[in-house]
Amino acid sequence: MTSVMAPALTMSRRRIGLGWRIVGLLVLWVALWWWLGGQFVLESGVPAAAQDWLQATVSAIGDGRLTNPLFIYVFTPITSALNGVYNGGVWLTQQLGWTGMTGIGAALALMVAGWRMAVLTALGMLSFGVLGLWEQSMQTLVLVAISVALSVLIGIPVGIACGLSSRFRRLLMPILDTLQIMPSFAYLPIITLFFLIGPPAGILATLVYAIPPTIRLTDVGIREVAASSVEASRSLGATVRQVLTDVQLPMSRRTRVVGINQTVMAALSMVTVAAVIATPGLGQAVLGSLQILDVGGAFNSGLAIVVVAIVLDRVISAASRRAGAHRRTGRLRLTVWGSAAALVVLGAALPAVLPSTAKWNSAWVHPISGPVNVGAVWAKEHLYPYTMSFTEWVTIWFINPLESLLLNTPWFVIVAVVAALALIVGHWKPAIVAASCLIGCALLGLWPSSMVTLTQVIFAATITMILGLVVGTWIGRSRWADRVLRPILDAGQVLPPFVYLVPCLALFGPTRFTAIFAAVVYAAPAAIKIVGEGIATVAPNTIEAARSMGSSTLQEIGKVQLPMARPIILVALNQGIIYVMAMVVIGGLVGGGGLGYDVVKGFANESYAGTGLAAGFAIVLLGVMLDRVSQSAGRVRRTSSHAV
Amino acid sequence: MAHAPRKLAAVGLLAAAALMLSACAGSTNTPAASSPAESGGGATSAAPVSCGSAPIIIAENPWVGYSADVAVVDYVLRNNLGCTTKISKVDEQVSWQGFATGQIDVILENWGHEDLAKKYITEQKVAVDLGSNGNAGVIGWYVPKFMAVNYPGIDDWNNLNKYADLFKTAESGGKGQLLDGDPSYVTNDEALVKNLKLNYAVKYAGSEAAEITALQSATDNKTPLLMYFYEPQWALAKYPVVKVKLPPYTVGCDADPKKVACDYPPYLLNKVGRAAFIDAGGPAANFIKAFLWTNDDQNQVAAAIQGGATYDDAAKAWIDANPDKVKAWLGQ
Repeated sequence: MTSVMAPALTMSRRRIGLGWRIVGLLVLWVALWWWLGGQFVLESGVPAAAQDWLQATVSAIGDGRLTNPLFIYVFTPITSALNGVYNGGVWLTQQLGWTGMTGIGAALALMVAGWRMAVLTALGMLSFGVLGLWEQSMQTLVLVAISVALSVLIGIPVGIACGLSSRFRRLLMPILDTLQIMPSFAYLPIITLFFLIGPPAGILATLVYAIPPTIRLTDVGIREVAASSVEASRSLGATVRQVLTDVQLPMSRRTRVVGINQTVMAALSMVTVAAVIATPGLGQAVLGSLQILDVGGAFNSGLAIVVVAIVLDRVISAASRRAGAHRRTGRLRLTVWGSAAALVVLGAALPAVLPSTAKWNSAWVHPISGPVNVGAVWAKEHLYPYTMSFTEWVTIWFINPLESLLLNTPWFVIVAVVAALALIVGHWKPAIVAASCLIGCALLGLWPSSMVTLTQVIFAATITMILGLVVGTWIGRSRWADRVLRPILDAGQVLPPFVYLVPCLALFGPTRFTAIFAAVVYAAPAAIKIVGEGIATVAPNTIEAARSMGSSTLQEIGKVQLPMARPIILVALNQGIIYVMAMVVIGGLVGGGGLGYDVVKGFANESYAGTGLAAGFAIVLLGVMLDRVSQSAGRVRRTSSHAV
Repeated sequence: MAHAPRKLAAVGLLAAAALMLSACAGSTNTPAASSPAESGGGATSAAPVSCGSAPIIIAENPWVGYSADVAVVDYVLRNNLGCTTKISKVDEQVSWQGFATGQIDVILENWGHEDLAKKYITEQKVAVDLGSNGNAGVIGWYVPKFMAVNYPGIDDWNNLNKYADLFKTAESGGKGQLLDGDPSYVTNDEALVKNLKLNYAVKYAGSEAAEITALQSATDNKTPLLMYFYEPQWALAKYPVVKVKLPPYTVGCDADPKKVACDYPPYLLNKVGRAAFIDAGGPAANFIKAFLWTNDDQNQVAAAIQGGATYDDAAKAWIDANPDKVKAWLGQ
């Protein structure tokens, strides 16, 4: 009896200890802030060595671009190749016209995802014309198609390598974190240095940002394949390759498709950033509207981007659900292929029969800009007093206190507190990583900016995870909730932030609150979608078993679904933090200050290119720190609960 | 998985079939109409002078005043000189880099940027200064007009400390807030606040859009705002402001950025061209060198564009009303 009781007692004693230890640490921190506040505070730009070195390096690269053989034999051919593919793609869409493209889109959707998706695709493509954005939408589609194709071609093999080799995974994960967190604005000047401005740079910048989800989720998918299945096939004499192609890959298909889905979303969210370096398409349309503060026009272009996202998301998900489930045979296959061919022929040949359909009729153009502008003006006039008071209240009671705490405590106290927290909550390894990251920020000469940004990130990440768990569980358990909420989630991930930020600026002002709001709107959908996927894939028999033992809904969620979906929830946490960090730069554009502003400064001003790059690295360091600590906290809690 | 290769082949066949069919129908499919961002049309009116086959690439920086410049210059190049043009929407830094790579032929409105001028004009010799475009830029501190009416003396820097509490926000930590904007703008505000001993903190809104929205808000809701701003700017027509008098600018007073205690210098906005393009000469280069107009001219076209007119319509309206200026540019 005692041996059964003892572990339970030790565990509960340890659990209480954990909570009190954290509280104790926080109290100690506040006390130190009280006592030492304002002393040993690092100034911005001190030490300056790192930023100066980066500045010198960037200038040197720029100066050498005309003579360096690397440019002549590697970068320039890549640029030409990408230009060629892009121009070819756009030419193709122009030759086919709106009828041909709609026909092809519907035909493809029909063949891979069923007739309902074909209708959706056709409607989506027609909507581009209705919004008056056909040309730009085609340009964006070609760009996204190239970026996603390259991401999948490179990403899936790399993901498989990670799944099969833990060593490779450990090497690659920090690189992936860096690629996802490092704000594009920080390295865009370097990309344009190598690949000039225009579609090639846009494609490569998008590729860099969009490839990590594919790799990560392919990796998780392979690792999650039940060990028993792998063992069974091995025991039947399968080679490693056969195990891969016949067991692991098919069984991890759903997860892999979530990864590709996330890659598409990431690629679409880069559309406005790419526009800044002369990449054509819907991103340019958004920037043009924002320049004259035409909120309605910006929403119009943003809506087109959202439509692309929704259509691609639905078609890819549907395709994954169908593939392997039922193979079409005989007459059905003939019907489907025949209809697809008919659609293509009809679309391509229609202009010959009805010349009026050669170009989109301007009478059919009905953008949503008008009503949106009316709504925006109404919101500004009526909601302003309430939103401003709310913003001020949150700033005074939450943001300012934490920021003051972080800024005014001596830097070594902060490093020690964070390391201690990581140690208590997790393991000593993440504690060292966390401490090193913070020291890195100090060495880059960006301590005050880092602390300002850290405040905002902590709030945004916490709210994101709460939303992710609550709403994610909801959509994982309820199919209708999933169907209703998905378009909103897609919109949040894909709508260019500036589209909804201009009204936010009018309502919340250029403040840190606006920056946090922007980060949550962008990061929460990813977290929600991933958690939802995790909850939905918990084996139904397990839930059945729990229900038959009389557990309530809350117990079912808390004791069965969430724990069993833990690996995917940890991925959601990781992605949530990463997306929050990715929005730090956007935050800098709307009053967040801190590292985000430093990055934008570096992009906009050549003499600060070194600061911009340094700030980009600092953002990566903060992201890695938060990620490692939270991942290890998640893992330790799992082992302790399994110990019972 | 086994069906994938077959599906791909089928898709490929369908695409090829579609292409062939549309090629037959293709004679009625003209390339899509040009949006303001891409003008590829040939000469329409009488164009006796040939312009060369390579399109002239004009940089378009992201402010509406610049777009006004682009609208008019692009219209004249295409319709009066028969040139093909391409407009590249990029910001100032990228525009200057474009001189070195041959991706930009001309910048129509340059605000200062001595460091870039030194690098690309003096050192690398890939760009040349084309002289003034006629517009004068003024940078400084501004308050919405209603504040100058309600708070006498607020437009003099000596009284700013008296009004510091008025400008306090949750973002400025107990001091008055001075709102700055886009980080690409030249700003001495931190040094100014320190050296003039003002009880203010500089808050970086981060982008022009954020700043203009703040100005909109303040004017509409009658809330206090002190901001870094500049003329010419389309927003000033809709949201009038009053400039705050700082100690007047004298030559050399901003030589040391840490010791600045005077107002911003007036900017004579100039044009910059790619050396190879300008040196090759020709009617287009000569026209661009001669292009010159006033702040008022630019504001007119900018207001039309901001009001929703297309570039061509806005340009045509102004050109039709000012034929003699256009003739002067074309040397007629």
